[in-house]
This record gives sequence, C-alpha cells and structure tokens, in this order.
Amino acid sequence: MLQVENLTKTYPSEDGVQTVLGGVSLSLDAGESLALTGESGSGKSTLLTLVAGLDHPDGGTIRFQNHDLTHLDDAARADLRRGQIGVIFQQFNLIPSLDVAANIAFHARLSGQADADWCETLAERLGLAGHLTRYPEQLSGGQQQRVAIARTLAARPKLVLADEPTGNLDEDSSDIVLDLLIEGVRETGAALLMVTHSLRQAEKLDRRLHLSHGRISP
Amino acid sequence: MRRAAFNALISHWRKHPVQLVSLLLGLALATALWSGVQAINAEARASYDRAAGILGQDELQRLEPRAGTIPLADYIKIRRAGWLASPVMDGAINLNEAQARLIGIDPLTTPPQSSPVDLSGDGDLQAFVMDGLLFAHPETAAQIPDTLPLVRATDTLTPGIIITDLSTASELLGTDNFARLILAPEQPINLPPLSEVAPNLLLVAPEEGNDIARLTDSFHLNLTAFGLLSFGVGLFIVHAAIGLAFEQRRPLFRTLRALGLRKSTLLGLLASELFALALIAGTLGVALGYLVAAALLPDVAATLRGLYGAQVSGALTLDPAWWLSGLAIALLGTAVAGAQSLWRTAQLPILAPAQPRAWAIASLKSLKRQAVAGVGLIAVAALLAAHGSGLTIGFVLLGCLLVGAALTLPLFLHFSLNLASRFSRTALSDWTLADTRQQVPGLSLALMALLLAMAANIGVGTMVSSFRVTFTGWLDQRLAAQLYVTARDQAEAEALAQQLDGAVDAILPIRYIEAQIEGAPGQVYGIIDDITYRENWPLLAAAPDVWDRLAAGDGALINEQLSLRESLTPGDTVRLGPVQFTVLGVYSDYGNPRGEAILSLDQLRAQGAQIEGLNFALRLPETRVGEVTELLTNAGLPARNIRDQAAIKAFSLDVFERTFTVTGALNVLTLGVATLALLTSLLTLSTMRLPQLAPVWAMGLTREKLARLELLRAVILAALTALVALPVGLALAWVLLAIVNVEAFGWRLPMALFPGDWIGLFVAALIAAALSAAWPAHRLATRPAADLIKVFAHER
Repeated sequence: MLQVENLTKTYPSEDGVQTVLGGVSLSLDAGESLALTGESGSGKSTLLTLVAGLDHPDGGTIRFQNHDLTHLDDAARADLRRGQIGVIFQQFNLIPSLDVAANIAFHARLSGQADADWCETLAERLGLAGHLTRYPEQLSGGQQQRVAIARTLAARPKLVLADEPTGNLDEDSSDIVLDLLIEGVRETGAALLMVTHSLRQAEKLDRRLHLSHGRISP
Repeated sequence: MRRAAFNALISHWRKHPVQLVSLLLGLALATALWSGVQAINAEARASYDRAAGILGQDELQRLEPRAGTIPLADYIKIRRAGWLASPVMDGAINLNEAQARLIGIDPLTTPPQSSPVDLSGDGDLQAFVMDGLLFAHPETAAQIPDTLPLVRATDTLTPGIIITDLSTASELLGTDNFARLILAPEQPINLPPLSEVAPNLLLVAPEEGNDIARLTDSFHLNLTAFGLLSFGVGLFIVHAAIGLAFEQRRPLFRTLRALGLRKSTLLGLLASELFALALIAGTLGVALGYLVAAALLPDVAATLRGLYGAQVSGALTLDPAWWLSGLAIALLGTAVAGAQSLWRTAQLPILAPAQPRAWAIASLKSLKRQAVAGVGLIAVAALLAAHGSGLTIGFVLLGCLLVGAALTLPLFLHFSLNLASRFSRTALSDWTLADTRQQVPGLSLALMALLLAMAANIGVGTMVSSFRVTFTGWLDQRLAAQLYVTARDQAEAEALAQQLDGAVDAILPIRYIEAQIEGAPGQVYGIIDDITYRENWPLLAAAPDVWDRLAAGDGALINEQLSLRESLTPGDTVRLGPVQFTVLGVYSDYGNPRGEAILSLDQLRAQGAQIEGLNFALRLPETRVGEVTELLTNAGLPARNIRDQAAIKAFSLDVFERTFTVTGALNVLTLGVATLALLTSLLTLSTMRLPQLAPVWAMGLTREKLARLELLRAVILAALTALVALPVGLALAWVLLAIVNVEAFGWRLPMALFPGDWIGLFVAALIAAALSAAWPAHRLATRPAADLIKVFAHER
C-alpha cells in the first residue's frame, strides 16, 4: 500500500545545507500499523509530512495506492489527502470556528464521504457524545485529541498518519487516546504510521522502525 | 536599562514591518486629510479677511444706499454738512477670461487705515490719480487686458479685485454714482445728524462688513466635518495597529517587568515610542496634507466663487502655525488611538499569561455590549432628528448616526453569518462562514471604517445627485427665455428694444437694484406681467392669484433663502429698503447666498431708485435664435453681450459640477483610506490565521483554493457591510438635505433616490475588498509548505 524508497530531504541552514532525511526506505501494508521512533531532530516528522504529501522530497519515491506522490502536483496531492489519507497532529489542530460535531464530520464531508451514523458512532465510542455542541477551546487536551482522531476516522482514510498524537497529554490520557486510535484504525482497515518518542507506545503497534540522523537504524 | 528596554520594545517593529507601515500610513493619511482641509479653510478665511479689510470695511462705519447707488449730489450734500466721508465706486468689469470687481477710491479723502493699496512710493500717487494705475492680485493682474491703463500686481489684495482712482473707475464702469461712502473715524463735533442730511442712506456698522465669511462659515464647517470623518477613518487603522502591537508584546512586557523594569518606566517608554511614531507620521501627514490642499484648492476656490461669489486665491500660502497644528493633531490622534492600549498595559499584572490574548477574538458578549451602545447613539440621533434644529445639532446627529451604526456593525455581521450558515449544505461553506464569523472581531475596525466611508459616499452622493436633478429642472424652468442680451449703454438698450419689437415673441426687461432686505444686503428685481413667468417661475409657496396680485403691485415674491432666514410665508410682510410689502409667494433660487425679492417693474420704479435698463431676456422660437442673434450682431452688439440659453445652462451646470468636485474628491479619499484599513487588517490577520488554515490545507484543500476563499470572505464581509451602509447613507443624505443644507445654504431640496449609484458603489466596495484581500491571498497561495507545516510542529 505504501512504499517509500531512498527518500531524501535537505533544508538550507546557516551552516549550509542540512540533511534531514538521508535515504529512508520503508513499506506498509493495508491494515498494518508501524511506529516510527527516534530522537528529536531525527527526521520522523519530516518523513510523515512527505508521506502526507504536505511537502516535496529532494529525492526518492513515495508510492501510495499506485500513485507516485513525488510526481504529483500540489492539487493532486491535496486530492489524495482529502480522499485517502488522514493526518493527526500533536497540536490537535482542530478548527476553532466549528463545534465538535462539525469538526468530526468535516474531513468526511470534504471528501464527499459523510456518514452521519458513523460520525455518531465514533463520537459515542470516543466519549464525545456529550460535547458535540461545544467548541474546541472549551475542551481539555485529551478531549481535543479524541475529536482529532474521530475527524480522521470519520473520513475512512486508507492511511492514517499520526505525529506524536499523545505528545501533549498526560500518561493516563495518552494510553486511552492511543488505544482508541489503534482500535479505530483496525476497525476501518486502514494502515497506521505513527511517530512517537515512547517505546512503550510503539510496542502497541505491529512494527517499529527507529530513525537516527535521517536514516533507518537497525 | 532604559535603553536596552527601549531597544527591545522597538525591535517589534523590525519584525513586523507591515504593522509599522500601516500605523505610519494610517496616521499620515488621517493627518493629511485633516490638515489639508484645515489649510484650505485657512487660505479661504485669509482671503475673506483681506476682502473684508479692503477700504476698512472691518473697522470703519460706512453709508450705503437703501436702494440703488449714491448720486454725486448726495455726496456733496454730506461733505457740505461737514461729514468726513470718502466715496467709493464698486462694479464688475470684464477681463480677458473672467469678471473682476473694480473698486474706485479717492486717495485724498480715504481714511489712512482703510487705504487698500500703498501709494507712498515716488510718483505712485501721481500715477494713480493721473495715469489710471490699477492695483490687483497677481492672478487677476495677469488677466487684465493690455487695453487698460498701467497695472501693478500686489499680494495684499484678494484675487478678483482691482483698485483704482475714482476717475478711472467712473470711466471703466460707465457711471458717476457711488456704491458707498466710508466715514472717517474722527468726525468734527456738532454735525447735523445723517438721518437729516442723507435720509436715503443707511449707516452700516463695521462688524456687519464680513458677509462672505459669515455666509461661507457653513461651507467650511461642511469641509471640516469631512476632514474629521477622514481623520476618524484613519484613526481606525492607527487604533488597530497600536492595539495589535501592544497585544503581541505582552510577553515582552511581562519579561521586562520581571527583570525589574518599573511599570511607570515601561509606560513612559511606550509613550515615547508612540510620540516618536506620531512625529514621523505627523510630519509625513502634514506634507501630504499640503499636497492635498494644493490639489483641491483651485476647485474649492471655484466652489466658493460659484456658491457665494467669494474670491479665494488658488495658490496656497501657509504659516508655521498650520504646520504645528498638523503635528499636534497627529499627536492627539495617536494619544486617542493609543490610550486604551496604554491603559490596559498599566493594568497588566506582572504575572499575566505570557500567551498573547487572542487579539482577533472578542466575545459575543462584548459585541453585544458594543451594539447596545450603538443602538443608544442611533436612538439619540432619532431624537435629535425629531426635535432638534440648527447646524451644530445637525452635525451632532450625523456623528451619533455614523458612530452608532459603526458600533452595531460587528453584531449584525455575526448574526448575518450565523443565519447564512443555517442554509449551508457543504463542509466547505460551513467552514467558510464559521471562519468568516470568527474573523469579524479582528476586522471590525476596518469594516467600520469601510461602513463610514460607504455611508458618507451614499449620503453625499444622494445629496449631490438630488441637488443635480432639482437644479437641472429648476434651470429649465427659470431659464425660459432663449436669448439674454446686455446693452452697453442706455441708448443702445432703447435702440435694441425698438429693433426687436415684433421680431421676437416677448422682450422681458431684467431690472434690479441693490437694497437692504430685512436689514441685510440683497437684490430686488422688477418684472413685467408676462406669461413666461406665470408658466415657468418655480414657486414653492404662493398666495391665491399670485401673479395677478404681483402685476397689480399688491406685494412681492421672495426667494427661499429669505423665506427660511426670516421665517416668512405668503401673507407675511417683508421689508425691502424702507418699504414693507406683503409676501405673495416663495420661489426656489439655488446657488444664491443672499436674500432676493421680485416686485412688478412699476413697483420697483416707484421706489425712486435709479435703475439701469441694460439687460433683456428674449422669448422666441428656437428655430429663430440664429436669425435674431445675427440681427443683434449686425446692430453692432458684441457677441459676448448675447448669450443663449444653452450657454448659460452649460455655464451654470459647470459651476455646479465644480462646486461638488471637492466633496467628490474627499469621498474617494475616504473610501481609499477605508480600503487601506481593510488591507492592513487583512495583512496583519493573515499571519495570525495560519493555525486556522493549516489543518484545512492538511485535509486536502490547496493553498490556491484557500486563497480564493480568503478573497471570497473579504467580499462577503464587504457586501454585508454595504447592506448596512445603504440605510445609514440614506439617513445621512436625509440629514444633509433636511437639516444641514437648510442651515448651510438656505434651501431645502427634495430627496431623490439613485439605485444605479448604489449598485455602482456596491460593486466598488466589492472590488475594494477584493483588492484589499488580493495581496494577503496571494501571499497565502505562494506561501511555502514549510510555513504551514510549522503550525503542526510548534505551539501556536
């Protein structure tokens, strides 16, 4: 489903060009979950943004569902994100002007896959049923991240990308939210690629890859 | 410590150049429009003062005829009685391309303090008396034809005025009579009373002299109100920029305080910073104001000439006080715009949250509070409209109406967008409307500025267009004759009348005298009984059988200005010179600042005044205009003494259009400032909005599409603002037409509606909004993905 081959990415810096990814390769099958671990600055988040089509690599290929992301233009990558890829961020990044119900349904409605029953089920399952008319600023961090997960799952993406989804939460909340994410992803049959610092959390996923200085290390 | 702290504070502006530019530009524009208008007013007032000072009218008593002019015999009688009086001739002469007022004086009897020209140079007096030396402002001197005697240019005179000796004036004006007699301040004792020596003359006190200044006060008040409106609109930008800069620096304030900077020192540094910015922007603004004034002054001068006959120089000469007052208003404006931010900073606890408070997000509660204040002001405006009167009340009403409407705007936008979202069917429209609603508080100041500019545009536009429609109709009625003829002397007038008898349908003599009407100077016309007047003369109110009674000498018609000023209606009596007449009717008389009355020609003659009979209006079929014109030309009458109806209408309409050029220009400038306010707000918000836009981008909307939505959002807000601006603008037009203009000009116009103009302005507002949003939208469309990705990586 997802094949990343020899991916490279550099950024200009005051000391010259800084290599963030130095030839990363990985693959992910449908329904599979993969944890990406590594120290700060190892390139985990950069890899995720490239796979999401949010940024363009300097070299290598990213094949997803028979599409080569590296050869798609901005609009085509946006189409792919809208229809088949869901992204969950550490900062939740909910839409502050919409209430919880509208936030949950938003991505699904954008992709033309709105299913009110499914949204309701997700809200119920993620413990958000009592907060549907509230706005993001009125929720706790844990609640906001559950809304972000529900928003992604509501669109039934083929691939879920999560960048430290519990990084802003305390340990108890983290476990609850992560369990809900894994359960939801499995139920929808999506693949999950998750960036995390926590080895304990990484162990909950099917596989784990460690990134160090922009390269996969054994 | 202070220096380090100051450097830290001003480093904000290096990081936010757009904010700095918007603050400086907003303040500079506000100052420019205000000080530009003040420069125009100052120049005009200086001209009035110079005019009023001619011949000491502002200092010396004078004798004026109750009607007509003063014969030489009357002057001799006064001198023989021992009164020290100096005669003055006053009349109009044609120059190359314009008319000028020619004043003839007797330099030997003119009191020293009233001498309008300096004759102390060698041979000056001789040249003045013997050679016919003319003195005039350089602008006027340049227009004097070479055929006239010696000309000397002098800045001490008002444009449009020529001073010469009595004998030269008598020759050029073709009269031996005097317009007035100036009385010397020191008179011999035991003189016989003037009422016995000259019962036909009126003693006029010096303070009554400056009629033009009094007449034009309201016009200048109108200009000042416009300047103030523009200044207010500019201050919206300044207030927004200062507010944002203070909000964004709250963490820095806290850090500085935590490092030991006293609150008073911090406030002092912030005030110094604002002072420095105000000085820079003020200097720029005053310089811009000079350019604005220089550009507008020729049109203002034309307006004042057209409306009031006031002569104002088209060139700008300014004193240092004006520059200083411009800087002072910039400082005052900055103080007003920054007071709230400084106050908030003064109240800031040292351990206040470091996170900048969401500047753009105001609670619905505060919007409601603001709207309640707005509704209160609108209620005050309604009360004033129902029960108030006078120019000052009119402007207070306008202020309440405009500020009240501006304060209610954000809540109106909030609820309108809420309502629209109920009909939304897609995720994108849901989000667009919700996001637009969330942007309202951040854009409210700019949108209020847009509202004020649009309302002013609709209001003033409706007033001007109503005026144009009424004025054009009135011209069609009043200029019923096809040709207007001016003979050069009485003999020619009589010869022409004989020649035209039978060649035209009617010869309508145009006869008038200058007279005191209800104690103020004015003109009294005499007309013959002719169907032309009965069919065409525009009467606003009339007694039964008005024309028959006028022809029978039963009373007088008066113009609307006189009717409003003296509260006279048909049936009342009006004092024309020493005689009282019954008011038979009131006619509209646009463009005339003075009181005017019409009697039958026989009645006018019966007043005993000497009337020149040089002007005629001729009624004839349109097809014969060319033929009759040729007849008159062949009789030796110069072409410039024959004017056809179309030429006079074109001239009048040209005067009209020039009259409102200035208001039109100020309208456009105000709209421009509002557009700039919107642009700077959108630019400022665009950097703060990334956290709202990035998640939507991550979910599959391209930056181009987001940019298009940004444009759409600005257009939606401008369209909703325009909806509010329409009723506010119409209310403004009503106040201008029904209250302000009646006080300012002395006539009331029917209000006409011009939906075509509204549509034009609506489209202009949408274009202005789209242009304002174009740059921020372009920045979003071309923004590197890395900027948006940062939103996910860092805390907001």
